[in-house]
Amino acid sequence: MSTRQFGEPIARNADAALLRGEGSFIDDIDLPGALHAAFARSMVARAKIRAIDTSAAESLDGVVKVYTCDNIGALDAPLPLLIPAPDLTHPKTQRPLARDDVFYVGQSIAMVVAVDRYVAEDAVRLIDIDYDPLPVEMDLERAVADDAPRIHPDVPNNTAGRFRVETGDTDAAFAQAEHITRVKIRLERSTAAPLECRAIAARWEAVTGELTVWDGTQATLSVRGGLASLFQIDEDKVRVIAPNVGGGFGQKIMMFHPDEVLVPLASMELGRPVKYIEDRVENFIGASQERTQIHTLEIAATKDGRVIGLKDDFLHDTGAFIPYGIAVAHVSSTSIAGPYRIPNFRVTFRPVYLPMVQVTPYRGCGRPHACYAIERAMDQLADELGLDRFEVRRRNFIGKDEFPYPREGLIFADGLQVIYDSGDYEEALEKLRQAIDVEGFRAEQAAAREEGRYLGLGLGFYVEGTGLGPYEGGHIKIHPITGKVYVNTGLTDQGQGHETVFAQIAAEQTGARVEDVIVVEGDTGAFEWGVATFASRAAVCSGNAIHMAAVKARAQIVEAAANMMECSQEDIELHDGAAWVKGTDRKAMLAEVATATNPLRYAFNEPSKSATQFAPASRHDGPPLAEGRTPGIEATDYYSPPHATWAFGAHAAVIEVDPELCTIEVKRYICIHDCGRMINPTIVDGQVMGGIAQGVGGAFYERCEFDEEGTPLNANFMDFLMPYATEVPNAEIMHSETPTPLNPLGVKGVGEAGTIPVAQVYASAVEDALRPFGIAPIREAPLTPDAIHRMLKQARTS
Amino acid sequence: MARPTARKELIGQSSDPRVPVSMTVNGERVEREVSPRMLLSDFIRHELRLTGTHVGCEHGVCGCCTVIIDGKAGRSCLAFAVQADGADIRTIESVAAPDGSLHPVQQAFRECHGLQCGYCTPGFVMSIVDYLEDNPDPDLSEDAIREVLSGNLCRCTGYKNIVAAFRRSAELMRGSR
Amino acid sequence: MKPALFAYVAPQSVEEALELLASDEMARPLAGGQSLIPTMNFRIAAPSALVDLRRIGALNGHAVEGDVIRVGAMTRQRDLERDEAVQRANPLIAEVLGNVAHIVIRNRGTVGGSIAHADAAAELPCMLVATGGTVVARRAGGERTIAAEDFFLFHMTTALEAVELLTEVRIPALPPHTGYAFQEVARRHGDYALAGVCALVTLKDGVCSAVRLAACGVASKPTRLAEAEAALLGAPPEGEALARAAEAARDYATAADDRQASTDYRRDLASALVRRTVTKAADRARERA
Ligand SMILES: Cc1cc2nc3c(=O)[nH]c(=O)nc-3n(C[C@H](O)[C@H](O)[C@H](O)COP(=O)(O)OP(=O)(O)OC[C@H]3O[C@@H](n4cnc5c(N)ncnc54)[C@H](O)[C@@H]3O)c2cc1C
Ligand code: FES
Ligand code: FES
Repeated sequence: MSTRQFGEPIARNADAALLRGEGSFIDDIDLPGALHAAFARSMVARAKIRAIDTSAAESLDGVVKVYTCDNIGALDAPLPLLIPAPDLTHPKTQRPLARDDVFYVGQSIAMVVAVDRYVAEDAVRLIDIDYDPLPVEMDLERAVADDAPRIHPDVPNNTAGRFRVETGDTDAAFAQAEHITRVKIRLERSTAAPLECRAIAARWEAVTGELTVWDGTQATLSVRGGLASLFQIDEDKVRVIAPNVGGGFGQKIMMFHPDEVLVPLASMELGRPVKYIEDRVENFIGASQERTQIHTLEIAATKDGRVIGLKDDFLHDTGAFIPYGIAVAHVSSTSIAGPYRIPNFRVTFRPVYLPMVQVTPYRGCGRPHACYAIERAMDQLADELGLDRFEVRRRNFIGKDEFPYPREGLIFADGLQVIYDSGDYEEALEKLRQAIDVEGFRAEQAAAREEGRYLGLGLGFYVEGTGLGPYEGGHIKIHPITGKVYVNTGLTDQGQGHETVFAQIAAEQTGARVEDVIVVEGDTGAFEWGVATFASRAAVCSGNAIHMAAVKARAQIVEAAANMMECSQEDIELHDGAAWVKGTDRKAMLAEVATATNPLRYAFNEPSKSATQFAPASRHDGPPLAEGRTPGIEATDYYSPPHATWAFGAHAAVIEVDPELCTIEVKRYICIHDCGRMINPTIVDGQVMGGIAQGVGGAFYERCEFDEEGTPLNANFMDFLMPYATEVPNAEIMHSETPTPLNPLGVKGVGEAGTIPVAQVYASAVEDALRPFGIAPIREAPLTPDAIHRMLKQARTS
Repeated sequence: MARPTARKELIGQSSDPRVPVSMTVNGERVEREVSPRMLLSDFIRHELRLTGTHVGCEHGVCGCCTVIIDGKAGRSCLAFAVQADGADIRTIESVAAPDGSLHPVQQAFRECHGLQCGYCTPGFVMSIVDYLEDNPDPDLSEDAIREVLSGNLCRCTGYKNIVAAFRRSAELMRGSR
Repeated sequence: MKPALFAYVAPQSVEEALELLASDEMARPLAGGQSLIPTMNFRIAAPSALVDLRRIGALNGHAVEGDVIRVGAMTRQRDLERDEAVQRANPLIAEVLGNVAHIVIRNRGTVGGSIAHADAAAELPCMLVATGGTVVARRAGGERTIAAEDFFLFHMTTALEAVELLTEVRIPALPPHTGYAFQEVARRHGDYALAGVCALVTLKDGVCSAVRLAACGVASKPTRLAEAEAALLGAPPEGEALARAAEAARDYATAADDRQASTDYRRDLASALVRRTVTKAADRARERA
């Protein structure tokens, strides 16, 4: 038996320090003598640079160095293309500092290093940059026209590549269709806006030749690998640490933002620590964004609402560069059929260069787009066929007995075939239906309309391919003196609570108390192998790796404890930090077991003295450390998923629209989510609720706006409307648990789920509320009061 | 098309005489000489190395930098250190007891999972501590709580658990009175 | 986002502050800093010197004197909002302030600062216009009183001259038989108004014996809705007259289309808000009777 740690709402170990203000975010790290960087950034979207004059900046008191493309040596080259793809025919990546050309407002042109950030910013304003502006096309659909101005002269139609994914026989399906539904939808550009902006600090130790980089990245190991190869130093001499990180949501998975290579360079050259603490405006103009896509979707159905085929053609705004390849668009294309059988579909898409900061994954990564497209279409199909919105979905769900459900020929973002592993979609929808009490709601809606109040019910279903490979590792070791359990993995945490979840997994097997498990990640010095935190993969990949390592450690503990207490292994149980002989009060503390398994010469502490009270931990002849064994209790293992595991869920909301003021009030928001087995329900709920809030931003408030010349119009928190507590509904969160058969823990990812369907739910609810006015279907997110006003006006005049 | 150039006038004056300031921070008297333009947030974080006060926007919207100035919560990014001359300032570092045990508001955040990355947290805690000290019997309706919390942004939690933490804080503080 | 260099002074008297301001035309008064400092952090503003008003005792404090509420320029918005005497004298003030930013901003933001800042979408200036308040401006050797309607000239532009300081704001108490209401539409709670309307309705024998209406967010400055007032005067605050008032309000919405609202939307908002605030104010007037 082991203590129940898994599945419990255990409070987080890390919280107390964060609550006392003792967290250690990058700018909190005291690096005596540190210099501070600031960037001169392009003020025009597309231009030739005629001249850069840095002389006034260089002579300003307190400025140590000004970098431009001319004095950064080998770094003056396009940054790496992280995920190449064969059809990505025209990949473009950015140079750390612009040479000859700028491609968006905010692009870094020069970096000032000075005694403090105030002086560095003064110097930035003294840099004179002479631009020769070029024409730009900001509209995604016009940018692909033959005569549109090209951003990159050698990229015709501003098109980075043409892609096509297909499963089944789409044309045959459309030939048989009894009904075809067409929708064209558009999502707007947005941004992750973590509350801690991006930040990096570097310290070069000339004596030892070691480079330490504190980087708020989601991918410490990859950054280390990249820096080592860029600077041609041994990987062992580069240590990358992501300490406390104030949110990431994908923006911090992108690498390299220019500062990530330039700050280490400056530290190496200047022999002093250098910090770059991005400010909010820079985060808006210089850090990755995401979301704009325009889908033209057709679904072929039978008269009774069964969808037999789907065609989708979409344009994807990738910004001025495509460093992360087509990850976002690819996920959209492969998620387009959602939870529905739809056996035949074809998606074609084009990533398009537009003169704005690059697009890389932001929480949801292509899924909110696909969900909005298919779910808007399902609503429309229901309306056109006179079916209930719940019913049309029910008729198309993949049934619970149909898993595993492969989509032939469809390759997911992990390079593996799309196979939905498990789920019970119908049950989830039914639970949601009951919770929201659809019949009751319809009565209430009718009564409200009598009084001139307009209530609407919105609904959205989603699936999410999570837990992408290739792999993660887990290392576990029990400290001989304290008995504390040390756990390492190669990920980073931005607040998701890895520490607690991983501790629960380790505690479950080793019998340690959760508070005695110390999880160290986000430090390349702590674990050498792994990939990064993204794609809702932490619990799946690292969680299972840690579980597998812990299973091994458990076997070591049980064997040693049985030997020590001279009983059979079957009689050993682990809990409360000790190995117990079942049914007795005889126990060996984990510290004693760890000590006894390490043949020592000196007994310098209590556990080593008390360990001698027991029989030897190992029964073997020969040298003290048995052949093939390692000292102590320690194990490492790796988990590599066979393919993504598909979480799913549904959200519904009741929204009241005031048709006069064009404002909305969310009366109820309910969500049901299934991420397989839950390791810690409190943390799962937190992830889902946080995701919903971000979804609410994208549904009704947030968008990055640009004028026709490419100048950002709302690059600050006054004008980019991130919701406060007053704008986010108090969502009711329900769960269903269909464990995945794919991994030992039966878990699926949860990090991004909440965000995915929210824009659809808002659109669907507002549409339902305003039905009496005969408004046109809602096709754009975010929806705004102004847009509601326009729709109502249109409906009145037509 | 107009050719934008750097705006030199916006670096301001050429000299930067330091100004002496003295204030009480978390019960201790501090004296420094600062540039008039040093933001109070930077003064607290960089001069005093009290790094629990965070900075998320430097234009007053996010609330991460909230501290209590002369008994009232305020944005430390919207004040200059020189303005705090003679002031009494409390930061997040002063909220827990000297032995580290958590203040009821902090305790409530922990119990209710009111934080994820923890970056916004000190700002929320300071706003709530100040509010509950002023309003020991607050209106605990959902709308009223959300209105009080509306000056602080959180990107991680979706606020639900922060609302719960506010309720729990009020309860714990009432209990400890 | 760090401000440019500037010199800093914190004088003890209005006279001293006026002298400092007169000696340097690039100097600016600093009140609560909740509008000025963000623009400095963005380096949109780079004053050569800040004249901090916080030490000037004469600018602090507020009092209800007969039918006028006298508010020192440096009075924090939150203090005014919470003052019980002020609430009794004119409950509209707290209702309006509840829509200004957030508590923590109002803790530092001053009444004088908001009025002097004169954002066209700001709520306090709108309240001052609606109530028929006045602003006291001091310059070296002189003082003048300016009616709110004459004070606000344009978005962020007032009748105040560079050598003047706003020292006091005078808000009339709520007249007898009068109900009040403020309502706005903002994108988020605490944001500036897309449109907001302040209504004061005095009822006598069921008809409006006096009406004052002002709107913010819809034009280049806080605006008195005179035609809407006229439509209601002498009529009951409902039905036909109310409809005409609401219709008349439309034309006051002149702000050009912006990222959050079209002119057309603002016209509709002005109209709907007039109808709602007048109705609410009339209800309250009846309750008070
Ligand atoms: C996040 C946020 C949200 C906000 N939302 C709103 C909102 O919804 N509605 C709203 O109305 N406001 C809002 N504000 C602004 C806030 O109300 C400010 O407090 C107010 O506009 C200015 O007051 P202050 O005392 O801070 O003035 P300061 O910022 O110090 O000064 C503002 C201007 O007035 C001048 N000035 C100040 N005092 C005087 C004086 N006595 N004589 C002459 N000139 C003077 C200054 O030189 C400066 O130009 C918001 C602010 C923030 C940061
Ligand atoms: S940093 Fe001060 S409010 Fe955002
Ligand atoms: S917990 Fe991360 S921003 Fe609030």
